[in-house]
Amino acid sequence: MNKLDRKDILGLQDMTQSEIQLILDTAISMKEILNRPVKKVPTLRGKTVCTLFYEPSTRTRTSFEVAAKTLSADVSSIAAATSAIVKGESFKDTLLTLQAMGVDLFIIRHQSGGAPHFAARTVKSHVINAGDGMHEHPTQGLLDMLTMLEEKGRLDGLVVTVVGDILHSRVARSNLWGLTKMGATVRLAGPKTLLPPEVDKLPVEVYSNIDEAIEGADIVNVLRIQLERMNSGFFPSVREYAKLFGINKERLRRAKPDVTLMHPGPMNRGVEITPDVADGEFSVITDQVTNGVAVRMALLYLLLGGGSNVGTA
Amino acid sequence: MWVLLKGGHVIDPAQGIDKAADVLIRDGRIAEIGKIDVQSLNSDPGEVYDIAGKVVTPGLIDVHVHLREPGEEHKETIATGAAAAAAGGFTSILAMPNTKTAPDNRAVVEYVLSQGKRTPINVLACCAMTKGMEGKEMAELGDMFDAGAVAVSDDGYPVQNALVMRRVMEYASMLGIPALVHCEDKLLSADGIMNEGITSTIVGLRGIPAAAEVSMVERNIMLGELTGCHVHIQHVSCAGSVDAMRRAKARGLKVTCETCPQYFTLTDEALVDYDTNTKVNPPLRTSADVEAVKAGLADGTIDIIATDHAPHSAEDKEVEMTIASFGMVGLETALPLVITKLVNEGTLTLSQAIEKLTIAPAKLLGLNAGTLTEGAPADITILDPGAEVIVDSSSFKSMGRNTPFNGWKLKGAVAATIVGGTFAYGQLSPVGEKCEVLSR
Repeated sequence: MNKLDRKDILGLQDMTQSEIQLILDTAISMKEILNRPVKKVPTLRGKTVCTLFYEPSTRTRTSFEVAAKTLSADVSSIAAATSAIVKGESFKDTLLTLQAMGVDLFIIRHQSGGAPHFAARTVKSHVINAGDGMHEHPTQGLLDMLTMLEEKGRLDGLVVTVVGDILHSRVARSNLWGLTKMGATVRLAGPKTLLPPEVDKLPVEVYSNIDEAIEGADIVNVLRIQLERMNSGFFPSVREYAKLFGINKERLRRAKPDVTLMHPGPMNRGVEITPDVADGEFSVITDQVTNGVAVRMALLYLLLGGGSNVGTA
Repeated sequence: MWVLLKGGHVIDPAQGIDKAADVLIRDGRIAEIGKIDVQSLNSDPGEVYDIAGKVVTPGLIDVHVHLREPGEEHKETIATGAAAAAAGGFTSILAMPNTKTAPDNRAVVEYVLSQGKRTPINVLACCAMTKGMEGKEMAELGDMFDAGAVAVSDDGYPVQNALVMRRVMEYASMLGIPALVHCEDKLLSADGIMNEGITSTIVGLRGIPAAAEVSMVERNIMLGELTGCHVHIQHVSCAGSVDAMRRAKARGLKVTCETCPQYFTLTDEALVDYDTNTKVNPPLRTSADVEAVKAGLADGTIDIIATDHAPHSAEDKEVEMTIASFGMVGLETALPLVITKLVNEGTLTLSQAIEKLTIAPAKLLGLNAGTLTEGAPADITILDPGAEVIVDSSSFKSMGRNTPFNGWKLKGAVAATIVGGTFAYGQLSPVGEKCEVLSR
């Protein structure tokens, strides 16, 4: 397989193993470009990419922008807070307006699950989901898998523990779909109030005891506890959360000796993760960021670049 | 002036009639059902319609319709809603009070009724329970009853405060009208969008647990028992509510309930494509709930089939799931869904289904309707249960196009709707030619 035969990237749930493999393979070759002294190839010259973000974001948005610019695409970035959206323009009209300006590919982040699906139905342009509500964040799932692949040399057979606010986490959902398709075992762990309803019906192991969840894990992926959750009664206090569910050095010893520690960012140091662990020997958090650019380059290339070989581009 | 409907099959559950018979209408009322010889009528002017192969039933009654007027006439008006009702076979509809100017006072009730009189069907008014539908202070129920309101409801804005609900029920009981209750614990449903369960987990939309409905069903049953009020549970969607109703009825309490076609037809899996037309409140539940609703219909726990017809404009629905309005239109798809999903699939006989669409709702509202008894107003629906219908929302009489059933192939067409002896919908050909519908 060397071509992605789809218009949009909306989630990993509906993606096949071979599609995921193609994206990861392509991302690995993209990474080579990022290591060059001149980080620019003309592959997507003349293509227009638009990031349309209805939620605040630093890394995902910048990552997409860097990915698109590295491939020489033109990028325009729209943030809901500073656009006609604040004048009451609907999502549909915003999309149709931008499409009329010649946008070839939309990168959409939205607080509503399914908003990228709505966009994909509304415009002829490609759509990449950059995070929709509590649904999926496929590029995060892919960059996490790329990072695990680099660390462990394989995905098949890995035990990956995802810890934290699983309920609201699109990262957890993309992790679980992607990783289980690639043959890994996924454990989800968090307080009962932050586990999604009927999560045990998914192909995962579910834990509310963090020590049991970490036992023998190859990867521990720590999710951010969002500030707004702290004040809405999902758990009694930050102090208690850190005590019961925070990842610290001692807890991490229960994992495999060569455990890899990941976090999608941004981190709340001292809440879901202690600073010594975040900056410690097992942490690959900054590698994740670099891999994010590579994965997004791969997707832009596969959706917009057609069949041309990136190496000769 | 008389009208003879000749050669049809008459179903009138209230009288236990389910047989081939002619129906004679005289001066807008049912005059006779049986074998009627045209020659015997020829002394007066009249019309004969050959309806061989069709089924004649009492006019259908929908106790749960949102007409949006006054206030949101861009979504629906009383006129367009009534036209949709007539096209769907309904001769009487009850307008829910959650309009933008709510019928929480006599003037609005009178407005709704006067607009209704300009339509070809019977539009009935349901008054709000509380001032501004805020759930805080009881509205002038007595004065609105005086103005013609036949029921009181909190639909759309369920009364959370049990003390307020108790007082409303005491008043409704005093007036002899039912309290139609939308059962939802708003603190528990919070900002949910769909049924809470594995599907909401997968699609990443906030869930509304069935417990948010069931706990309020139980509370309202208890308050009904406390006050002696006839409590009618609206749009039962889940197994727990069916179970609560079954237990309440077994105890002999004065309770009834309704469900709607969407709750015996669709499950929450309809939301995986993020079609905002599947966003309704209460939400579409699981297949186990659908089975429980069907069982409740079959054993009589669920008395009535209503539509919860909830028209919305495109700008309310062509948006993200989180901000899309709740609701789907139902008047023009209800009958084919009942026939296809309940009758043809064996849950109910046609007569049992018609009962839940005619005499049962008439009894709830105390109407002189829902039956073809001699002397009753000639509100009649003529059906063609075997005819194929392909749902085409663009041809709806309703201004609302928000249906998840567009394009569905169903069985069961409305051939004509007669209200007070006058055709409100459909046009049958004169006798001697094959009966057909000219406009639909």
